Amino acid sequence: MVQQSIGERVLRKEDLRFITGKGSYTDDINLPGQAYACFVRSPVAHAIIKGMDISTATAADGVIAVLTGEQVAEDGLGSLPCGWMVHSKDGSEMKQPFHPVMAADKINYVGEPVAIVVAETFLAAKNASELVEIDYEEIDAVVDISSAQSAADIYPEVPGNTVYNWELGEKADTEKAIREAAHVTRISLTNNRLIPNAIEPRAAIADYNTGTQDLTLYTTSQNPGLARLILTAFVQIAPEHKLRIIAPDVGGGFGSKIFVYSEETALAWASKKLGIPIKWTAERSESFVADAHGRDHVTEVELAMDEEGHFLGLHVKTIANMGAYLSTFSAAVPTYLYGTLLAGQYKTPNIYVEVDAVVTNTAPVDAYRGAGRPEAAYLLERIVEVAAREMNLDPVEIRRRNFIAPSDFPYQTPVALEYDSGDYEASLNKALEMADYDGFSERKKEAASRGKKRGIGFSCYIEACGLAPSQLAGSLGAGVGLWESGEVRVNATGTVTVLTGSQSTGQGHETTFAQLVASKFGISIDDVEVIHGDTGKLDFGMGTYGSRSLVVGGSALSKAADKVIAKGKKIAAHMLDSDVEDIDFEDGEFRVRKSNQSKTFQEIAFAAYVPHDYPLEELEPGLSEKAFYDPANFTYPAGTHICEVEIDPDTGVVDIIKFTAVDDFGIIINPMIVEGQVHGGIAQGIGQALLEQCIYDETGQLLTGSYMDYCMPRADDLPSFEVGMTCTPCTHNPIGAKGCGEAGAIGSPPAVINAITDALGIMEMDMPATSERVWRAMQQAGGA
Amino acid sequence: MYEFTYHKPQTIKDAISLFAKADDGIYLAGGHTLIPAMKVRLRAPTDVIDLSALDGLSGIHEESGALVIGALTTHDAVATSEVVARAIPALNKLAAGIGDAQVRNRGTIGGSVANNDPAADYPAGLMALDATIRTDRREISVDDFFTAMFETALEEDELIRSVSFPIVESATYIKFPSPASRYATVGVFISRQGGQVRVAITGAAACVFRCTEMETALSNNFAEDALDSIQLNADDMNGDMHASAEYRAHLCVVMAKRAVASLL
Repeated sequence: MVQQSIGERVLRKEDLRFITGKGSYTDDINLPGQAYACFVRSPVAHAIIKGMDISTATAADGVIAVLTGEQVAEDGLGSLPCGWMVHSKDGSEMKQPFHPVMAADKINYVGEPVAIVVAETFLAAKNASELVEIDYEEIDAVVDISSAQSAADIYPEVPGNTVYNWELGEKADTEKAIREAAHVTRISLTNNRLIPNAIEPRAAIADYNTGTQDLTLYTTSQNPGLARLILTAFVQIAPEHKLRIIAPDVGGGFGSKIFVYSEETALAWASKKLGIPIKWTAERSESFVADAHGRDHVTEVELAMDEEGHFLGLHVKTIANMGAYLSTFSAAVPTYLYGTLLAGQYKTPNIYVEVDAVVTNTAPVDAYRGAGRPEAAYLLERIVEVAAREMNLDPVEIRRRNFIAPSDFPYQTPVALEYDSGDYEASLNKALEMADYDGFSERKKEAASRGKKRGIGFSCYIEACGLAPSQLAGSLGAGVGLWESGEVRVNATGTVTVLTGSQSTGQGHETTFAQLVASKFGISIDDVEVIHGDTGKLDFGMGTYGSRSLVVGGSALSKAADKVIAKGKKIAAHMLDSDVEDIDFEDGEFRVRKSNQSKTFQEIAFAAYVPHDYPLEELEPGLSEKAFYDPANFTYPAGTHICEVEIDPDTGVVDIIKFTAVDDFGIIINPMIVEGQVHGGIAQGIGQALLEQCIYDETGQLLTGSYMDYCMPRADDLPSFEVGMTCTPCTHNPIGAKGCGEAGAIGSPPAVINAITDALGIMEMDMPATSERVWRAMQQAGGA
Repeated sequence: MYEFTYHKPQTIKDAISLFAKADDGIYLAGGHTLIPAMKVRLRAPTDVIDLSALDGLSGIHEESGALVIGALTTHDAVATSEVVARAIPALNKLAAGIGDAQVRNRGTIGGSVANNDPAADYPAGLMALDATIRTDRREISVDDFFTAMFETALEEDELIRSVSFPIVESATYIKFPSPASRYATVGVFISRQGGQVRVAITGAAACVFRCTEMETALSNNFAEDALDSIQLNADDMNGDMHASAEYRAHLCVVMAKRAVASLL
């Protein structure tokens, strides 16, 4: 039997097909008679559509139809909804512009779809897309986030371009703490706008069967169940029972494949209208303009302290850019996934945060790996570092002084969350040891002898995963539940088919969940198959985002497996002529306590399906159980990241010499997979800190629309990461897991920037810390 | 990509004749500039004339004091060539730093030179080494070759056969790559021969150029500090979202000093 237990580095079951090219992604699927779609997108950011002529395009070779935003409106398709209703501080509902599936009369960002050309080949569709003539009357674009609120309104229904003015925490107490404090540290910062860049671009095939009137949508989704609900309930594409969404292998998402977008929706509508299957695969250039972007905040922070550097109050004012429309989860990102995290790992007694969300003539902004939590961790860990310098305290010491202690759990923060468990000193201490903090001053001297400026930066982050519970989220404006479904089907021969509402975009669900279930049953993971991503096979499920797969989806499977074991015990009791209370299940055997009588898991499975020796009068045959799991609380992964850099004073180039991450993810199923998640997250965090920047010009044109200009991190930009773990189990889910998917991207950016400012002896540095920015900072500081 | 007609001539004569017949023909060497531009529909030639079957246009050899590299020689072939390593190892280094492995396996010296991208590496090497560009009809001195951004002295249908580099005492190339594209934000190529120093800079301005101030200073005193007083005029530099003109002007001097240091 192969390794299988929880905590073992089992190789990924899915990698054989991925590595040998046998994966099946949406674009690999081709249906008989399928047509191809190409979207006509606006080349301008803000304009009235004065007229559109589709006649030449419609008549072009190979074209089946040209469908426009006007026809979408005529068919009465609903607005693409934002799934979270945030209320302003005055109690009013957020202002939500109508988000058409395709624009009919007005353009609000570059790349907005205006029409869809359906043709016999992709080339014909693309060629004809250039023949659609559109008369745009341009309007000045609103692009700059800081001046958006004083610019002309983009939508009459969103006055001041402000979606909401949200607040959380005690304003008066926080302001009093700041007024009366011995010292107040103040910083301003931006959280740079990012473009997600999953390796697999978005793609879809919509297939409407005119005979059965079933609509099947194959698509690159992180949450097919949720997509089906939105397309049914809000956009009214098809009734839920006639709509099947299949997400086959998906190549990365990082949030960008959570959302229900114009293109997939338009495709489904067009397939139904034309009665043929239609395929669309985004070109990379489309991904840049049409996938939801991430981050994009400007923030002012004040931190009040007593003489010893104990935190007394934190005041945060943020403007968050939502882009042109409110994407699926966007409203929740700079509010409930951001303001609630501002206590960090610290016992700050007074916290107040206000967030103005603004619309601009740019692509919609939504959740991107970390979603609100990186923005919170960044400002907090930046201001703590600056405070330490202003107070002449070691950056480690100021953190220790303010940590929530292990004895303080459960800990109620002033910003709504209750942390269940943690040991922040433990991860800090382990990270300090791994990073050899004691030896840093020697290394700094040695670097100086080579003409390099060396710096070290810390980040003691916290995050909240597995957004929950449903009722609390609902009271805060969530439009959906936040549970997960799972089903464990034991087959007659004792192998197991596991169905989950979680959706892998490469994380390794097929291995981790197999390991979880196999260890429950004491069987080999080779005997467990995990199925996901098809609403035709699964119960309604909520999908994968917010590091929720294991903590919520895994918990559902754990509960379902417990039900299987409970039923197995009843079967075993009958077969072994014992009382069910006397049956123990361990290592794959049902055993009568204090006896040598036992039945294997496989024998019980067989008996359940071939019920000849079976208590049929009391027990149904079969061995298949379901569970829906709604968590009692978020989970709270936390840890310490330490970054050590060297800066070339002549060029400003930042070289990351060492990056140490010690994370507490609670109980870990597969450390290899977890470390992979941490590595990827750190790479993205370093990308944000040093390289990535989405830039629009003042007319709303995207300047960073290709890899020539948008800088993704590459292997040679990164050091080999030092990764360690500590463990305080989650107290409220059956696994004890906390989630690990986003921590790397949350914890790392402030560590990098703190290391750079430490190296240069300066207080401020915006992301991305490009070589020119660093060089200019040195020029200003007189350091070069 | 728009539809186009593909040709694969066997002789230079046929290639030129196909070019003459085409409405809007273009030669294809490695294709690593042309194909991406065609894919995003920025280029729409009616006829693509693939040069890969032409004989005698690739290969590297020494010829009376010069290193001669055939136009269709890939960057990888130059990067790994022992002949280049013996003659002008700086060209190994230059070629090894172009793009990534995929680009180097397809991209060619002739294609790069004919394209004259202002951030390409080869133009700096040709200029600092006083190379001669041999075409199907003549020889062109490098000082007359690179005329402006994406423009050269080549006639529309003219084909480069090879580039001839005089073998110099020493030379090096130092590049400050753009983190995104890995093209040169600034690239400085320096060669020394008989007390004469040639300095060519790519990436910094609209077109590769010889920096005469640096050449004079280094010909008098080949030392890093000879460049201390040199400040290039930012007005002559490119400025974009990746690097301002001022930063590029600064980097030119820093990279030149590093090049000098590596030759001492």
